[in-house]
Amino acid sequence: MTHRIDRRDLLALLGAAGTATWLGAGRALAAETPITVGILYSGSKQDYGYNQSHANAAAALRKLPGVKVIEEERVPETIAAQRSMEGMINQDGAKLIIATSFGYFDPHVLKIAAKYPDVTFAHCGGIWKPGMPENVGTFYGYIFSAQYLSGILAGHMSKSKKLGVVAAKPTPNLIRSINAFALAARSVDPGITVQVIFTGEWTNPVREAESATSLIDQGADVIACHVDSPKVVVETAEKRGVMSCGYHSSQAELAPKGYLTGAEWNWVVPYTDFLDRTRARQPLEHYLRGGLAADFVKTGPIGAVVTPAARAALEQTRAKLISGETVIFSGPLKDNKGNVVIPAGTVHKENDRALDPINYLVDGVTGQA
Amino acid sequence: MSATATSPPASGGLALGRAAYAVLLPVAAILVAAAAFAIFVALYGRNPVEVFTTIYLGGFASTFAWQNTLSRAAPLILAGLAVAIPARAGMIIIGGEGALAFGGLAAAATYLALPAPPLVVQAAMMFAAVLTGGLLIGLAGWLRQYRGINETISSLLLSYLALAVFHQLVEGPLRDPGSLDKPATAPLAPEVMLPAIPGTDIHIGLAISIAVALLAFAFIRYTVWGFTLRVVGGSAKVGRMIGLPVNRWITGAAFAGGAMAGLAGAVEVAAVQGTASSSLIAGYGTSGILVAFLSRQSPLAIIPVAILMGGLQASGSLLQRRLDLPDASILVFQGLLFVAVLVADALGQSFRDKNGGGR
Repeated sequence: MTHRIDRRDLLALLGAAGTATWLGAGRALAAETPITVGILYSGSKQDYGYNQSHANAAAALRKLPGVKVIEEERVPETIAAQRSMEGMINQDGAKLIIATSFGYFDPHVLKIAAKYPDVTFAHCGGIWKPGMPENVGTFYGYIFSAQYLSGILAGHMSKSKKLGVVAAKPTPNLIRSINAFALAARSVDPGITVQVIFTGEWTNPVREAESATSLIDQGADVIACHVDSPKVVVETAEKRGVMSCGYHSSQAELAPKGYLTGAEWNWVVPYTDFLDRTRARQPLEHYLRGGLAADFVKTGPIGAVVTPAARAALEQTRAKLISGETVIFSGPLKDNKGNVVIPAGTVHKENDRALDPINYLVDGVTGQA
Repeated sequence: MSATATSPPASGGLALGRAAYAVLLPVAAILVAAAAFAIFVALYGRNPVEVFTTIYLGGFASTFAWQNTLSRAAPLILAGLAVAIPARAGMIIIGGEGALAFGGLAAAATYLALPAPPLVVQAAMMFAAVLTGGLLIGLAGWLRQYRGINETISSLLLSYLALAVFHQLVEGPLRDPGSLDKPATAPLAPEVMLPAIPGTDIHIGLAISIAVALLAFAFIRYTVWGFTLRVVGGSAKVGRMIGLPVNRWITGAAFAGGAMAGLAGAVEVAAVQGTASSSLIAGYGTSGILVAFLSRQSPLAIIPVAILMGGLQASGSLLQRRLDLPDASILVFQGLLFVAVLVADALGQSFRDKNGGGR
């Protein structure tokens, strides 16, 4: 009891001294507290894609001292999600719930969070607004920055100057990524064109394979993808002898010959943030976002096919993105219908909320958003 | 499914044997499935006793577990009725998924179009959903009677069609501009949302589902219309011979089935989701087929079977967390149950046939 009061006093003191020390001390103290973390996935943990990127972070959390991780996969975005979260809290004593699917946020996470104010809820992709429960935090990564780096490699490696993209739905998040990929490739060579096919579903292996095949038939020699599980697209590209760029987690082992790299999530960074704050009983971040600099997203393994020149260009661009010298969405920028969407002189940095509702494909991209 | 039509009372020992079979066969089937599942988990390196204890803990051992089970069961009852009612008229309908999504969409669209007091809006949402789901599957019944198209195939294809239209509308004209990365219709106002059953965390959809199942049971079992439906389902030829409007009865039964799925969609929107989005397409329609066949198309039996299924899902949740079993393990158990009950059904059928039938 005395110990607890001491710690509280200490924290208050350190808090006054400065945030940086405060955080450091909080982490050191928190490391003692045992905690159970419950993680829900909407798909399979071994999907070579989005869910696996989260499962990898879960596996990393599991190795931390005092942390018990319980997981549940294939939880639909229905009442089942609410009951699973409640089960993690009631039956397993979870103090931190990480809900990884977009569709869990409203109403499921919000409803259960209101019911259990002592539990921290971290949701991937949601946008917290004032009035929502205080124990809810949201996190996401600026994956389009990593997609930009994939685009640099694709631009350097393509010989046909035609790139293909297989995408799920024209949601803003995907459109940002497709645009970043295209802008990067065209910064290498303005003659490059990008053709995108939307399958209309987050997972549809048959249509994904058909789309990749069709893009390759039309001359694309690099195929990138924005679907929940890029396995089929990457495998199709490899089978047809063209290069590919991955997404979410590493698909390098599926395409030893043609894999360039992938835009990967590094969820363990936001996970650890929520974990530390929950353990230290610190106020949580309601809107936690980060890109390359914060290590929320990263470039995956670089394939053997990539030339040293392309690799050097990637490293150079990465440094420029991190330093802020290069801003991906900066004017003048035209969409693929010829309209000026970002006027000259305007720049939208990574964290600019003006990019939230983006709904246009940039110049040089063929396809309909 | 004509085989499931209720038999007229038989005499003496035969009736006793029949009753014993009706109880013993399903119980034996469940035991066989459980034994097979025990072997399966043992091969997977888990202790079967521990697995069955966890199943009990997850689904049935506490108030929380029961609430968990019952709230998962609610949509399965209506989805099961969507298959069972047309089955009583001799049809196998598998388009519930599309009808459910359509019903949910109709409910959400009605909410958007109708500024009225909450109770009126709620009633209108249910009505619109019943009508939309009913028309979709009713069309499958109509196509069967008037155009000779197999209702199983047509209901499945109509379901795909409905899902495509659903996506088109939710991601297009009906999309709430605020729903950026997860297209959905505009959310329902809190006062329009259906409440929970007082004293519990289970939404009122469970009460609605059980009431509808009991009504369907009473209708089929105790009314002249129900008897007529069973005659038509037993043999359309006989129905025609005695002058029944068979085509209309069958189309109507298909409509009623679709209406059930539509209602399930409206309940999902009005009690759980608050919007129509792709989250509605969660496989309830498919689970409904399983529930209906396990209940042998009886609206009354659907209630306990749906609860059993809900309990298994709740258990599957705990199995993953406690024993690190893959989510598919509970599906394996469901599959084994399904096969065992079908085999038991076939055995029961051959027993009835040996004893001179009964229909």
